[in-house]
Amino acid sequence: MSDDWSADEMMTVAAARQLRDKTACFVGIGLPSTAANLARATHAPDLVLIYESGCLGAKPQRLPLSIGDGILAENADAVVSVAEVFNYWLQPGRIDIGFLGAAQLDRFANINTTVIGGTYASPKVRLPGAGGAPEIAASCREVIIVVRQNLRTFVDRLDFVTSVGFGSGPGDRARLGLRGDGPKAVITDIGILEPDPRTCELTLTHLHPGATAEQARAATGWPLAVADDLRTTRPPTAEELTLLRQLEASKTSSQAGAGVA
Amino acid sequence: MAEITSLRHAVASLVHDGDVVAMEGFTHLIPFAAAHEVIRQGRRDLTLVRMTPDLIYDQLIGMGCAKALVFSWGGNPGVGSLHRFRDAVENGWPTPLQLEEHSHAGMANRYVAGAAGLPFAVMRGYTGTDLPENTANIASIVCPFTGETLTAVPALQPDVTIVHAQRADRRGNVQMWGITGVQKEAVLAASRSLVTVEEIVDELAPVPGQVILPSWAVTAVAEVPSGAHPSYAHGYSERDNDFYVRWDAVSRDRETFLAWMEQHVLESANVGRQT
Repeated sequence: MSDDWSADEMMTVAAARQLRDKTACFVGIGLPSTAANLARATHAPDLVLIYESGCLGAKPQRLPLSIGDGILAENADAVVSVAEVFNYWLQPGRIDIGFLGAAQLDRFANINTTVIGGTYASPKVRLPGAGGAPEIAASCREVIIVVRQNLRTFVDRLDFVTSVGFGSGPGDRARLGLRGDGPKAVITDIGILEPDPRTCELTLTHLHPGATAEQARAATGWPLAVADDLRTTRPPTAEELTLLRQLEASKTSSQAGAGVA
Repeated sequence: MAEITSLRHAVASLVHDGDVVAMEGFTHLIPFAAAHEVIRQGRRDLTLVRMTPDLIYDQLIGMGCAKALVFSWGGNPGVGSLHRFRDAVENGWPTPLQLEEHSHAGMANRYVAGAAGLPFAVMRGYTGTDLPENTANIASIVCPFTGETLTAVPALQPDVTIVHAQRADRRGNVQMWGITGVQKEAVLAASRSLVTVEEIVDELAPVPGQVILPSWAVTAVAEVPSGAHPSYAHGYSERDNDFYVRWDAVSRDRETFLAWMEQHVLESANVGRQT
């Protein structure tokens, strides 16, 4: 068995595969943007990329380095104001998939990107905050979360709810008036978690090649539900890996030194 | 009609201690040179408003210009933390910073309401999050027509908004294009406005996707080439991504930060480009 790819590469490839062709995807910078552009380069050439900076139908020739990279505006279908992105495009439910990251995630796929430890007014760690995430999580038809799985991130209880997944369980999204269906999958460096249709609780449904359920449990801060028919993710194909590495290289060669921490 | 003036004069006459100041530009066209002039002139107790505080507010906060921040995402895009912002929130250095925190959708709508002369904006947002509990300026409102419960956020009406644009003509009409974010709304929402531009030209040749701010809607225009650096001006400059990466190390330590600001901002003339 070939083992010449990294866990992050497997995570990105698995995330890209979640995106269907001819759908509209609200893309954040970093891993979601890499995955969305990989999808466009492979199985989803007509994927519509929407960036919160106002670029609708962006077709970057290299990976953008920021959410407002000029390359996103250059051959987009339209460049609109930030208010328009959120009010006319996201809010009415025109966007199929939202792609989010997380600093903390709980079993109902609620997300914290605001503060860790202490209190809100006097936190131990002040994170960047909400950005577009609360409304992306609320209003996209589906949400995919891409995040590395470890005890720091997969916590029993969030320090702050920045964006809502399934709240405290079944029926909560409807009660809160959130119109999208909510998280469809959480893609990690270990495997894929999907909400149980009955309980809404995240359940491990796929392991990436070489990963174990034990490893996933050890990286999760709550008793992790594991599907009876736990499957193995299809390894990255040679084409996926080649295109992914070309995309990553396009980022570093275009503006040397601009890393993602 | 907009007055065409120097950056120094514009900041001196338009930005006062204690003002509510919005500097906008969504990754693109961030008015760094104007912020540096605000720092040089030693403004204090500002309430800084901006969707994405970015390096520009990290610098203003670290230099002690701000008492409060109204924002929706405070990071160094693609790099990590804003260390001066974090130091102010976590340790109160150099002074405590009061936060008013929103989502992007909330902030954008607050500017829209301000530009429209309405007291508040209505939207679907924030529901189920911990933000309303910690931000006083988020409320529920019932639609008088359908009975649906929606979210209301108050208008943002800055004392002064500062933005950077590509061009202005000699009458002070301003033209910007590429990613134009919330700049139009932020300028129209404010009592006073300052636009720095890459160049002042005789004629504004039309550009696809342009946003025009008519001279009579702007208070002052100052020509500041490279005034958005390390951000960029579409058609004029590229974003200095290396600078954003280097800022992480510069800003992590208080003394290193102060030394950098001393050398590159305080002792510098009001030119745009600092390296």
